[in-house]
Amino acid sequence: MKHFDVIIIGAGVTGAAIARQLSRYSIKTAIIEKETDVSFGTSKANSGIIHAGFHSPPGMLKTELCIKGNRSFDILKEELGFSFERRGELVVAFNDEELQILKNLYAQGIKNRVHYLELIGTARLREMEPNLSEDIIGALYAPTAGIVEPYEYCFSLIENARQNGVAMFVNEKVAVIAKQLFGNFVIETDSGLKVSARFIVNAAGLHADEIASLAGITSFAITPRKGEEYLLDRRVGNLVTRIIFPVPTKDSKGMLVIPTVEGTVMVGPTAENINEKDNFSTTREGLRCVFENAKKMIPGIRLHDVITSFSGLRPVATGDDFIIGTTSVQGFINAAGIQSPGLTASPAIAQHVEDILVKEGLSLKVKSSWNPKRTPFIKLRHSIATRDYAGYIKNTAGNPGYNKLVCRCENITEAEVTEAVSRGHTTLDGIKFATRAGMGRCQGSFCTYRVLKLLEQQTGIPIEKITKKGGGSEIIKFPMGKGAPHE
Amino acid sequence: MTDTIICTVCPLGCSLIVEHKNKTIQSISGNRCKRGIAYGEQEILDPKRVVTTTVKIDGGIIPMLSVKTSAPVERGKMTEIVRSASQMRLHAPVEIGTVIEKNICSSGADLIATRNVAKISDSAC
Amino acid sequence: MNNNINVAIIGGGPAGLAAACTLYEQGICDVHIFEREHVLGGVLFQCIHNGFGIHHFKEELTGPEYAERYIQKVNKTDTFVHTDTAVIDLYRENEALTLVLLGSKEGLQVFTARAVILAMGCRERNRGNINIPGSRPAGIMTAGFAQRMVNLEGYLPGKEIIILGSGDIGLIMARRLSLEGVNVQGVVEIQPFPGGLTRNIVQCLNDFHIPLYLSHTISNIFGKQRIDSVEITAIDNQLEPDTKNRFTLPCDTLLLSVGLVPENELSVKAGVILDEATRGPVVDANCMTTVPGIFACGNVLHVHDIVDYVSEEAARAARTAAQFVNKSLTDKDGIRMLAGNLVRYMLPTKVYTGKPTIVSLRPITPVEDIVLYAKRNGEIVYKKKYQKILPSSMIQFELPALSGIEPVEVFFAGEET
Repeated sequence: MKHFDVIIIGAGVTGAAIARQLSRYSIKTAIIEKETDVSFGTSKANSGIIHAGFHSPPGMLKTELCIKGNRSFDILKEELGFSFERRGELVVAFNDEELQILKNLYAQGIKNRVHYLELIGTARLREMEPNLSEDIIGALYAPTAGIVEPYEYCFSLIENARQNGVAMFVNEKVAVIAKQLFGNFVIETDSGLKVSARFIVNAAGLHADEIASLAGITSFAITPRKGEEYLLDRRVGNLVTRIIFPVPTKDSKGMLVIPTVEGTVMVGPTAENINEKDNFSTTREGLRCVFENAKKMIPGIRLHDVITSFSGLRPVATGDDFIIGTTSVQGFINAAGIQSPGLTASPAIAQHVEDILVKEGLSLKVKSSWNPKRTPFIKLRHSIATRDYAGYIKNTAGNPGYNKLVCRCENITEAEVTEAVSRGHTTLDGIKFATRAGMGRCQGSFCTYRVLKLLEQQTGIPIEKITKKGGGSEIIKFPMGKGAPHE
Repeated sequence: MTDTIICTVCPLGCSLIVEHKNKTIQSISGNRCKRGIAYGEQEILDPKRVVTTTVKIDGGIIPMLSVKTSAPVERGKMTEIVRSASQMRLHAPVEIGTVIEKNICSSGADLIATRNVAKISDSAC
Repeated sequence: MNNNINVAIIGGGPAGLAAACTLYEQGICDVHIFEREHVLGGVLFQCIHNGFGIHHFKEELTGPEYAERYIQKVNKTDTFVHTDTAVIDLYRENEALTLVLLGSKEGLQVFTARAVILAMGCRERNRGNINIPGSRPAGIMTAGFAQRMVNLEGYLPGKEIIILGSGDIGLIMARRLSLEGVNVQGVVEIQPFPGGLTRNIVQCLNDFHIPLYLSHTISNIFGKQRIDSVEITAIDNQLEPDTKNRFTLPCDTLLLSVGLVPENELSVKAGVILDEATRGPVVDANCMTTVPGIFACGNVLHVHDIVDYVSEEAARAARTAAQFVNKSLTDKDGIRMLAGNLVRYMLPTKVYTGKPTIVSLRPITPVEDIVLYAKRNGEIVYKKKYQKILPSSMIQFELPALSGIEPVEVFFAGEET
């Protein structure tokens, strides 16, 4: 049985940030994920906003960690090479009552020490965002807010963590957590993997309450709150440059219009408390609701620009704040209830968890071999965007894979797919989120076969066994002549 | 007995009402032109279709060769022909028009290749 | 190699092939076809069924046979063929049309051309475009993707299939999969009439007793990993779901045949203006787009139902592109063409004095016994009676040569007395 100093359960953005934080020290760390790939739970459906930090009141843990987390992203981008842009966010008001809410948010933001916050009038607003509705009478502007692709951020954390020695187990659902006489935990998964650890960090997202109860901790429950999102074509990517919020309600920050770093636009999310933790369906009502709200703020948004929709489940914990800290079981540390602004807060959550581990007696020494840098992908689409073709030829010399187009909508090359496979992505969705192949307007009808073929060549998994997102989600049922209906 | 069928001679798609008994046509109505009569007769008495399918091919630039019957065949033989083709295995190269099997499934028509499939080495780049 | 070429044809499918043949006949040299696949022919090679070429070759061919005829023709010309080569960028720089190519042999190259013929074809609409609610499992794919997997690669997508949309590709796949022993549970169509050709309804559905649910749609998708069933709901006259009239069918695969969209990503990069109705470029009677020197033909211009018309349109575009290269294309101040009653779309948007022009259009809805008129200043310049018009059948007619500049309106109406 392999032994680790720390085992993190859950490879969403929280677990990934913690893994990367701990990867700098000369301890043995592992991360266990029940899905086939990193970020496949709540994180991949995140809106990708790095919040400024005025939405929640001072004194809450999530407020403090959001503010700290936001400030870490410039360095993280530099080290990990993911896309991050400080576009700024605008909360818009349609009437005097809403204007008053903006003033309250402003005051709250100032107390939270959000920098550069300001209330702005319509003239300035029109200049900044000419496509906004004429009915808007004022806005709160927070220039420090930013956008990332949540899965890209998550992947880059994990890649760098693994590069620095963190062990990774995927497709392993934790089934048993036992404590040995001399204090170590033994974790057993439903496939029979057994590992031991001195500390467990519970970053299991939606299932953090179930993981906690495996260790005998029943102090909190997680309820899923569903959010449906709709992705619009790049053609309308210039509708907004900043993230546009309505005034918030009690349950959520409202339905937003979000520019993405890839030049598309996202609208959503809805907020609906549900019972099942595996209900990722989208609904007719959700679509209607999202579009009504988005059109109110930006009348130019049209339904026929939708290229895909998805939904994610926010893990809402009892008490509404993050639950981070020690528990009644010594060595078992929670990082649970991480709903919005969890993505923003993730670097600060990681630091916070590190501090707790140290307090609990884990001694940490920075490894001399620690490398904070991750090698980013060479992306054809970036060269097309800047028309830097000479640079592309120079950077890709010697690898003919960069001269073969796989995905026509997003301009993804064979070499990018190969690189993604070598970084551990072996499902169609894994490749899609790691490279964007299949994420464009044709949604994979051109590139799916090419990606399947490359996956088959590089992993040895036959095409009919390759899945969309893990067991049971095979793309194509059978080769003709093998198990086909005729035989 | 009476059958209602859609004429496919042109895009109009007339609904033909065909009355027939013991393999003889008694009347056809609903047609907008004369060609509908001939179509109705053929379709009720002896419906025929060209069958198109694929055959596995080794060593070619693609793994499947598209094929067709050289003439329309009895409609009831379609599945048998496709099944038979799925059991075959060819080697590249194959040229368009090559007879893959004569008188396939005793249909009276030959199974022929509808494209060229070059050997993979011939077109290697 | 000299990277300044005469004519660049983007796409080696039926439109690009026909354009190359015509340019050769017109004596234009230094013509290059750029094709991203390994072979020429485009989508035709996966359309293994017959029914192609009746109009053009006067015989019934399969898709691959139609492609092979044109490939042979092109092989006899001096056209430069670049396969495995994608055009990733197209723009105008100092009046020169610049193409950026990514070729598996040559790598990234930049070419300039005097004229460009857009012949990229179209792509299929997918689940995201039509917003079907429900879960997001594997097993949902476009009919064209399934067609490629079955006919070119030799894989079957599943055992129990439902098809959404009665477009021709979906119908053709219903037959193809049935013949391979797959159970096709039904075809669901939101409109009260089928989207595909009548002949395909008969030979692909009726022959195999596959039910066609008209005025129905898929209102929900179930299944966690792979799709396991769909909910089908009847649709009322306002295209709103009738929630009392719904049922669930099991399936392991859902094929989408819900329409095609011209593939104009490159055209837009070059500054070409698109038509809202066709989603293809706005063109004049010369098939020239709003960017001088860029021509468009085939499914990139508007989605055709018969490949023969694609070839013909490409030949017309190539003839005018040849004139452009020879500097003999001198048309100015065209006559505007306006789409009127019952016309969903029409092209070109502009014709020129003294030249007859082929006009293509589609009606909004099926209508029986109706007359097509082209009218100008209250005067009928063209008229034709139709027993039946269908959105699935494109209508083409030759507008006679006109003089003057007053616009022409094209519309459907009852017989004028």
